[in-house]
Amino acid sequence: MSEMTQTLSEPAAAVRGISLWAMARHRFVRNKAAMASLVVLILVAVFSFGGTWVYPHKYDQIFPSYVAVPPSLDPYPLEDTLHQVMQTAVERAHLRLDTFNAEGTTYTARISSDKPIDPRATRYLDRPDEFDASEITSTLDDGKTIEVKGKINGQYFPVGTDRNGRDLLPRIMVGGQVSITVGFLATFVSLIIGVTYGAVSGYIGGRVDNVMMRFVEILYSLPFMFFVIMLVVFFGRHFVLIFVAIGAIEWLDMARIVRGQTLSLKRREFVEAAHAMGLSNWQIIRRHVIPNTIGPVVVFVTVLVPKVILLESFLSFLGLGVQEPMTSWGALIAEGTTGMQAVPWLLIYPAVFFVVTLFALNFIGDGLRDALDPKDR
Amino acid sequence: MLRFVLRRLMSALPTIFIVVTLSFFLMRVAPGGPFNLERPLEPQTLENLKRAFLLDQPLVVQYGHYLWNLLHGDLGPSFIYRDFTVAELIAKSLPYSMTLGAWALLVAVLGGIAIGSYAALRQNSFVDYAVMSIASFGITVPNFVLAPILSFVFAVVLHWLPAGGWGDGGPRNLLLPVISLALPQLAVFARITRGSMIETLRADHIRTARAYGLPTRVVVVVHAMRAALVPAVSYLGPVAAAVLTGSVVVETVYGLPGVGRYFVLGALNRDYTLVMGTVVLISVFIVVFNLLVDILYAVLDPRVRYE
Repeated sequence: MSEMTQTLSEPAAAVRGISLWAMARHRFVRNKAAMASLVVLILVAVFSFGGTWVYPHKYDQIFPSYVAVPPSLDPYPLEDTLHQVMQTAVERAHLRLDTFNAEGTTYTARISSDKPIDPRATRYLDRPDEFDASEITSTLDDGKTIEVKGKINGQYFPVGTDRNGRDLLPRIMVGGQVSITVGFLATFVSLIIGVTYGAVSGYIGGRVDNVMMRFVEILYSLPFMFFVIMLVVFFGRHFVLIFVAIGAIEWLDMARIVRGQTLSLKRREFVEAAHAMGLSNWQIIRRHVIPNTIGPVVVFVTVLVPKVILLESFLSFLGLGVQEPMTSWGALIAEGTTGMQAVPWLLIYPAVFFVVTLFALNFIGDGLRDALDPKDR
Repeated sequence: MLRFVLRRLMSALPTIFIVVTLSFFLMRVAPGGPFNLERPLEPQTLENLKRAFLLDQPLVVQYGHYLWNLLHGDLGPSFIYRDFTVAELIAKSLPYSMTLGAWALLVAVLGGIAIGSYAALRQNSFVDYAVMSIASFGITVPNFVLAPILSFVFAVVLHWLPAGGWGDGGPRNLLLPVISLALPQLAVFARITRGSMIETLRADHIRTARAYGLPTRVVVVVHAMRAALVPAVSYLGPVAAAVLTGSVVVETVYGLPGVGRYFVLGALNRDYTLVMGTVVLISVFIVVFNLLVDILYAVLDPRVRYE
């Protein structure tokens, strides 16, 4: 007898309880594809959100001299085009260009005219994006000829510029910001609507449940594209309203999943206990039902984020998304599609970023599902 | 069986009715109208137009009118393409969409099931991983990325195929659009089939068939395929409806004269009747294909009986 009490009272220090979340995290970390995707996703996010702070060009900054230039790791302007650019600039000032020499990042030029030259004419030389900081080094011939030196502005366009002369790289960054933000915010909107709707419907049950679920079924049978297009046309093309519109239609699956979970949860003892303690229905739903549906909901969220990004890009592709000069990956891809013969980089680079991000999100979703799948335990 | 089909069709009527009603009023609540052009019309012209199209009547009267016409199979005149009725526009463009969609569906279903079964038979082999990574590529890459890239590679760079247009509707013109439309669906079918095939191959009746010494080919094709196809078939309904009624993206990228484009153009131009017409068309397709899928279930699974 006494032996027995002793063994019973001995602390079971050797076996430490592992929570569901700790197990899931452990499984997720072991999944190489998912972890690699997480790193890729973080890199893309840092590139999109941090890049605009570091990168010298703005996404809506227009370089009239560099319209649709191909990607290059060497700085623009290319040396052999400079003479022509200077010629044009000088002719704008009604002057003549006698000699022009470009050496590295500086140039020297000799300019003449029939009348004495106004020193302010050098402003014309700074107009093109290529040249900067021009100054007169010597004046000859009673001021009818001047010698000018100035700097050549090197601009890097590692992925080229678009047909309006905007650098593509910051546009991809801003597009990424929009796509990723819409993806997560719209998912959040649908999460709120879907979880609340599903939990209420499942918990109250009976006729209310019937009516609420019949409503969901009707929305399911609506041609889905039509619904999105109507909402966007109706709400206008404001950035915030786009993800509200998307979120407002993507909640249907979420509502179904949560309802199913709730139906099984509400028969459980702890809900009954909460009921016996006199909690109101809403309190029970909020404190006991919703937190217990979180596993399947988390998995579904990871499926929904790429789906929403796709949908937003699809809307932008149709010209219904965010408006110029703002952009999103879908809008950039649409822009690239229209001129891929002449300017293929406008299609290729945004598409690469888009596809890589979607891949990463999908692998993370798969990894999370494997990690949280109760069947696998 | 006939009674089942009739009952299903009857129960679909309220759904279509609600879809029509919701779309009708949603469309009308949206600001703008079919005659808000960049160059405003003369007030008198505008008034005449509105009277001709009944737009001067109260909304409820217009709605009643539309429903009445719809019941008689009349989809009304198009507001933007003035010389055509909506029925004519759809009749003109639907054959293109359906030809394209039917080929895409065929490729997606046959290809997806073949690839999925093949991968399932060699589970966890190199072939399995290779095939399934390509499948997840197909699921991830949307067709508005795939279509332009295919067109770029095969038409612009290699000059093997035309970049767009219907042409004579021959294989050279159809190949790229069909692939763009089919590939994402093919990937889904492959994934579904692989999953259900793996499960079916572990089932008792398959083990029995193997124990009798039947060749693998017979076991897979005759015994396993039937059960393994059920999940793929349930995905078939919505996909068939979506693919056959035209894809906005594929039609836009390849410049094809299908139904999908009318739908988006109609919504943007507030061509009320045209949008309603395409909505009704799509709903009918969804209902019909879901019904066909239910019938297919009974063919595949002898336990399913509709009485």
